[in-house]
Amino acid sequence: MIPLSWYIIFAGLLFCVGLYGALARRNALAILIAIEIMLNAVNINLVAFWRYITPEKVSGQAFALIVFAVAASEAAVGLALIISLYRKRRTVAVEEIDMLKW
Amino acid sequence: MQIETLIWLIPIPPIIAFFVIIFGVNRSNRLSHILAVGAMLVSWAFSMLVFWRAVTTEELGQHPFHVSLNWLPTGNTALKMGVMIDPLSALTLFFVAWTCLMIFIYSIGYNNFGKPRDAEDRPGLPPAKGGIEPMYARFFAFISLFAFGMLTLVIADNLLLLFIGWEIMGLCSYLLIGFWYGKPSARDAMIKAFMTTRVGDVFMLLGLAYLYSVTGTLSFREILYNEQMLSLLASAPSVIPALSTAGLIGLLIFIGTVGKSAQFPLHVWLPDAMEGPTPVSAMIHAATMVSAGVYLVIRFFPLITAGWVEGQHLTPTMVVISMIGGFTALFAATIAVAQNDIKRVLAYSTISQLGYMVAAVGIGAYVAAAFHLVTHAFFKALLFLGSGSVIHGMEHGVHETHEHVDGQDMLNMGGLRRKMPITFWTFLIGGFALSGFPLFTAGFWSKDEILGHAFLNRHFDIFLLLALAALLTAFYTMRQITLTFLGEPRTKAADHAHESVRTMTLPLVVLSIFAIGAGWAGIAEEFPGIGGIIPNWFHEFVGGTLIEHPVTLAFNPVPLLVSIAVSLGGLTLGWLVYRRVQVGASDPLRKPLGGLYTLLENKYYIDEIYDRFIVRPAYWLAETFTYRWIDRGLIDGFLHLVGRTSLRVGAALRSYFDVPVVNGAGDLVGEGVKKIGRTFRVVQTGRVQEYLIVGILFAGIILSYLLVFAR
Repeated sequence: MIPLSWYIIFAGLLFCVGLYGALARRNALAILIAIEIMLNAVNINLVAFWRYITPEKVSGQAFALIVFAVAASEAAVGLALIISLYRKRRTVAVEEIDMLKW
Repeated sequence: MQIETLIWLIPIPPIIAFFVIIFGVNRSNRLSHILAVGAMLVSWAFSMLVFWRAVTTEELGQHPFHVSLNWLPTGNTALKMGVMIDPLSALTLFFVAWTCLMIFIYSIGYNNFGKPRDAEDRPGLPPAKGGIEPMYARFFAFISLFAFGMLTLVIADNLLLLFIGWEIMGLCSYLLIGFWYGKPSARDAMIKAFMTTRVGDVFMLLGLAYLYSVTGTLSFREILYNEQMLSLLASAPSVIPALSTAGLIGLLIFIGTVGKSAQFPLHVWLPDAMEGPTPVSAMIHAATMVSAGVYLVIRFFPLITAGWVEGQHLTPTMVVISMIGGFTALFAATIAVAQNDIKRVLAYSTISQLGYMVAAVGIGAYVAAAFHLVTHAFFKALLFLGSGSVIHGMEHGVHETHEHVDGQDMLNMGGLRRKMPITFWTFLIGGFALSGFPLFTAGFWSKDEILGHAFLNRHFDIFLLLALAALLTAFYTMRQITLTFLGEPRTKAADHAHESVRTMTLPLVVLSIFAIGAGWAGIAEEFPGIGGIIPNWFHEFVGGTLIEHPVTLAFNPVPLLVSIAVSLGGLTLGWLVYRRVQVGASDPLRKPLGGLYTLLENKYYIDEIYDRFIVRPAYWLAETFTYRWIDRGLIDGFLHLVGRTSLRVGAALRSYFDVPVVNGAGDLVGEGVKKIGRTFRVVQTGRVQEYLIVGILFAGIILSYLLVFAR
């Protein structure tokens, strides 16, 4: 059986990939994808801890399922935001979208 | 109907008429006078009914018509209001109702009802050319209110209600003297009358309050028909030594009379009050209001004379009252001799006759005072209305001949007997009654009774004053009649005078009947020859008002002869001196009397003295002392000081505390926040990824902290 640490290392790497994408990409769509990747890294952690540490309880699986649902709705909302943003500003580059500044 | 109900209904119609005219029908002159005269007629009818019942009731003095109700609860007791008819008030009601009714009717003609309104006439000025009075309706409203006040005063059963009626009349007197307010003299006269009577009223109010605080009641019945109360008041000492409580209260109330009945030294307003329309002079200043003052002292006779026994020495209060009365009688009579204005002569004669009555009360001649009050009201109202008729006729003449003469100056008249026969005969009757023409006239009987009383009770000083006054009265009355009616007309205006309308002559005729007949009710039974033919009903009736009936005096020929002599002597003298006054001539007495005549003509300079010593100092007190020194200097100065000090303290507080400390702290907070914001706003780039980096950085720091230190 593959040891638990492997899963954790994998999930950490995946999270770092997602984090890098979220911080470094210019395209808002790409950032959205990067966030999805980070969520999935978390899901791997959740499922792995459930299987290795508390297999008699369902809470790990339930959390993973909730994260799926949240990720799906987040993707839907994020996409809708990006589309309407594009319609207004003709761009999806995040450094050009700085309306929150003073 | 119960007689008590009828009594309190007596003053109601005139007050209704007043309000209806004021608020409703004042546009219609006809409706206004119909209402006013109609209301007075109803009051008159009620009064006559009540008078008839009073006369036919036995022992009315002991059991008067009386009804009262609790009006104002004051602690355990209650102030009672009510009406009462005893012999004195029944009698007063009789002559008040008659004279008021006659004067109301007379006013219709006097104010030129039926003539067209003259376009040049202005409200506030008398009609210049015989047009209708511009404020016709207002006149009737005012005299209605006046009648209400007088009737209320007469039927009152307590001093408070009497005082209310008294003050209503004071107000009406003011309003009616100044009825022609366009004339400055009328305005001055109205203020003078109001202020002067106010002096008396204040003292009267003091007496009223004193009486209430001592006895706890103001009811006439409980005080004046109560021997215990009277002897208690007579024996209790007052705040002023040598005066009993009764004496002091009597004196205070008497000062009210001095103001209202124009006794010396408060007589100055009455002659000036002649500025009002003549019916007003007749009503207020001859027949009713000034009589109210005398009515009051007669009403309070038991209190004033408390502690006095008939035939003994007078109490100090009575001495004061009799001396003021006697002095006023002579003093005013002397002034009347030198007056040329027909109404002013009558005004001074009114003061003089009121002095008679007051003197009579002062020497204890209760019935005689009441008797003279009644007869005087009739003949003086008659004389005033007669003089109004004369003035009216003269003004007609002035208007017709375009001659600029004073229509009230007797030297401009003469020969009016042929032009105005009814006025002449009635005026003659009134004048003879005033002079006390023997046997026929009412004035003779009442005046004789006062003189007899003074003589028989050995008040020779008063007797002398009154006899001299009677001589002068007869003299100036004949002077007036001679100058006005006898001889030949001295001006064209007098030649063109004409008799007045019937509404004016009818009251004259009615009043002249009373001026003769009213005396027959009180002929002394001891009078030689005709005494006892008509029983001395008056004495019986009025005497019953007192607890002890006053005794009738024995007959003595001396006062009778004196009164006949002064009356006939005065009349003859007046006729002899004045029968041949030429056109444009001055008074025949001016030369022989010299300086004395000037003194009399100027009324002893009393007005000037008052002006110098009272009016001017009062103005000085108000203008210089109170206004300039106290108000402007002291009070305003203090206030300005306080104001300036406050301003300075405020400025100091502002510059040393408010601006540096309070404002500084406030500004510091605001500016500081602004500066911090400006410094830190560069952090807000608006780039979402930079925020994310910061977030991760801090999350990492917190995480490291938790992992490393918080184990």
